[in-house]
Amino acid sequence: MTANTVLVLADERPETTRRGRRRVVAPLIWLSFLIVAGVLVMAALGTLLAPQNPAAQHLATINASPSGAHWLGTDALGRDVFSRVIAGARTAFFGPLIIAAASFVLGNLLGLFAGYRGGLADAIIMRWVDFMWALPALVILVVVAGAVGSSYWLAVVVLIVLTVPFDTRVIRGATLEQMPRPYVEAVKTLGVPRWKIMLFHIWPNVSPIAVANTCLVFAGSLVTLAGLEFLGLGVPPGTPDWGLMLSQNEALLFTNPLATIAPGVMIVLTAISMNLIGDWLYEQLTSRGAGR
Amino acid sequence: MSGVGLLFFVLRRLVVLAILLVLISFVTFSLLYISPGNLIDILLGARPHTPATVRALTNEYHLNKPFMVQYWLWAQQAGQLKFGTSITTSLPVTSEIGARLGLTLYLGIYSFVLTMVFGVGLGVASALRRGSFIDRGLTGGVMLGLSTPAFVASVALLYVFAIQVHWFPAYGVGAGFFDEFWHLTLPSVALAVTTVAYVVRHTRAAMIGTLDQDYVIFARARGLSSRRVLYVYLLRNALIPVITISGVILSSLIVGVVLVEVAFSLPGLGSLLVTAATAKDIPVLQGVVLLFAVVIVVANLLADVVYMLVDPRIRVGGRSA
Repeated sequence: MTANTVLVLADERPETTRRGRRRVVAPLIWLSFLIVAGVLVMAALGTLLAPQNPAAQHLATINASPSGAHWLGTDALGRDVFSRVIAGARTAFFGPLIIAAASFVLGNLLGLFAGYRGGLADAIIMRWVDFMWALPALVILVVVAGAVGSSYWLAVVVLIVLTVPFDTRVIRGATLEQMPRPYVEAVKTLGVPRWKIMLFHIWPNVSPIAVANTCLVFAGSLVTLAGLEFLGLGVPPGTPDWGLMLSQNEALLFTNPLATIAPGVMIVLTAISMNLIGDWLYEQLTSRGAGR
Repeated sequence: MSGVGLLFFVLRRLVVLAILLVLISFVTFSLLYISPGNLIDILLGARPHTPATVRALTNEYHLNKPFMVQYWLWAQQAGQLKFGTSITTSLPVTSEIGARLGLTLYLGIYSFVLTMVFGVGLGVASALRRGSFIDRGLTGGVMLGLSTPAFVASVALLYVFAIQVHWFPAYGVGAGFFDEFWHLTLPSVALAVTTVAYVVRHTRAAMIGTLDQDYVIFARARGLSSRRVLYVYLLRNALIPVITISGVILSSLIVGVVLVEVAFSLPGLGSLLVTAATAKDIPVLQGVVLLFAVVIVVANLLADVVYMLVDPRIRVGGRSA
C-alpha cells in the first residue's frame, strides 16, 4: 500500500522552489484541495447530497446511458450511478482518514522514541520495522479476510498495523537529524524530562515531515482499501463503494462504460490530490524556517 | 570486499532466512485456527457431515493430536510441497497451484522487464533533460502512475485498447508463447504502471544526485564522450536505488498480480488466492501465501547480495537505515 508512495525526500526538491515551476504548481494545489474538500463533503453528507436513493433499484431502466435523469446512467440493477458515486465517498474517505490518524499518532510516538533513545530500543523497533517493510499489504488483507471473514473495519485495523512502521521509519530518521542540534543539548542540560523534550522540543521540528507523510499514507490506504473492495472482500455486497462499483460494473463496459470509469476516476483523483498536497506541504513547511 | 566477507554475509542472512521461514510457516498454519467456527466444519466446506468424513479429516489433519504436533506434521508435509486438498474442488493444493503458476510467472516477468526498461530508461532521460518539457511531463506522469491502482489501470486499458480500438483481446490467455504475449500485454502494462512510475522517480533522483558529483565533472573535463560518461559513470550509480527499492517493487507486483488477474479474469495464482479467500478454502490459502512469502524472502536476500556486489561501499552487517 504505502509501498508505492514512499517519499523521495531531499533529492528532488531544489528545482521545485524555482519561481517558474511554482506558478505552474499553485493552481494544481488549489485544485487538489478543492477535490479533497469535495470528497470530504460527499463523504460527510453522502445520501443527503445524492439526487436519488443510491440503493433504489429500477429494473425497467437497467444499463441506461447517461441522461438528464441519470447523469452517469444506471447499473445492472437500474441504480443511479451518479448517486452511488457520491454515496461511495464515505467508505473511500473515512477508512483512510482513521488509518492515517491512528498511524500518525502511533508512528510519531514510536519514531520519536526510537530516534531519541537509540540503543537497544531503537534496534528492536527498527528490526520490527524492517520486517514489516515492503510487505504486500493487500495480500495480507485478502488472507485475513479469507481466514476471519470480510469486514471493512477489520481491514482498517489491519492496515493501521501495516502502516505504523512506515510512519515510524520516517519520523525516526527526522528525529535522528535533530539529535545533534544545540537546542537538544541545551534542554537536556536544563534537566527537562525526556518526554517533554521529545514532544515539545523535537516534535515541532519534525512535524512538517509527519504531516506531509500522513497525506501520502492517506492516499496509499485509500488505494489499498479500494483494491480490497474491488476484490469483493471488504464492504458487504450492495454497499455503494468506488472499488466495489468498479468490479461489479466491469461487465457494463460495453453498454454504460461510465458506470465503471467514474468510480475509477474518483479513486485516482482523490489519491493524486492527496499525494500532491503531501509533496506541496513538505516543500512549504520545510523551506519556511521549520525543520531542516 | 573480500570473498570471505561475502560468504560470511550470505551465511548470516541464510540463518535469518531460515528463522523467518519457520515464523511464516507457523503463522500460515495458524490461519486454520484463527478462522472462526468449528475446525471440522471449515475443513468440510460444502461436503456432507458424516462420521466417516469427520474421521477421515481428523486423521488427515491429525486433529486429535496436540497443536504443536499438528504444526510439526503439517510443516513436514509443506516441506515436501504438500498442502492437503482444496476444500472446494477436492484437488490437491499443489496441483491447483502448479496449473496456475506459469501464467502468473509470465505476467510477473513481463511486467518486471517493462518496469526495468521503461523505469530506468525514462528516469535517466528525465534526469538528463532536467527542467525540460519532457522532464515535467514525466514528473506529472509519475504522479499519475503512483496514484493509479492496478485495477483502475486494468479497466481503463481494457476499455480503450480492447473495446474502443480492437488492438488487444479483452479476455483469455492465448495458446503458445506469442499468442500469450499478445493476450498478456494489457495485463502486464496495467501491472507495470505503478512500478514504472516508482522506478522513474527513484532513478531520476539518483541520476540528478550523481550528475553533480566531482568524478562525473572530472570525467567530462578529461574529454570522455558523453556516451562513456553515461554508461560507465552514471548508469551504475543510477541502478543502485533500483536495487534498494526492489523489495517494494516485488511487493507492488504481487499486489498488482492479484488485482490484474481478477480484473482480466485470468486463471493465475492471484485469482486463486481471491477465490480461496472468498470460499474460505484455507488449505489453498495456506499454499499460495507460503509460496508468496518464500518468493519475497528469497528475493530480498538476492537483492542484498546484488546490492553488495554492485556497490562495494556497503559495509557488511551494517545497519540498513
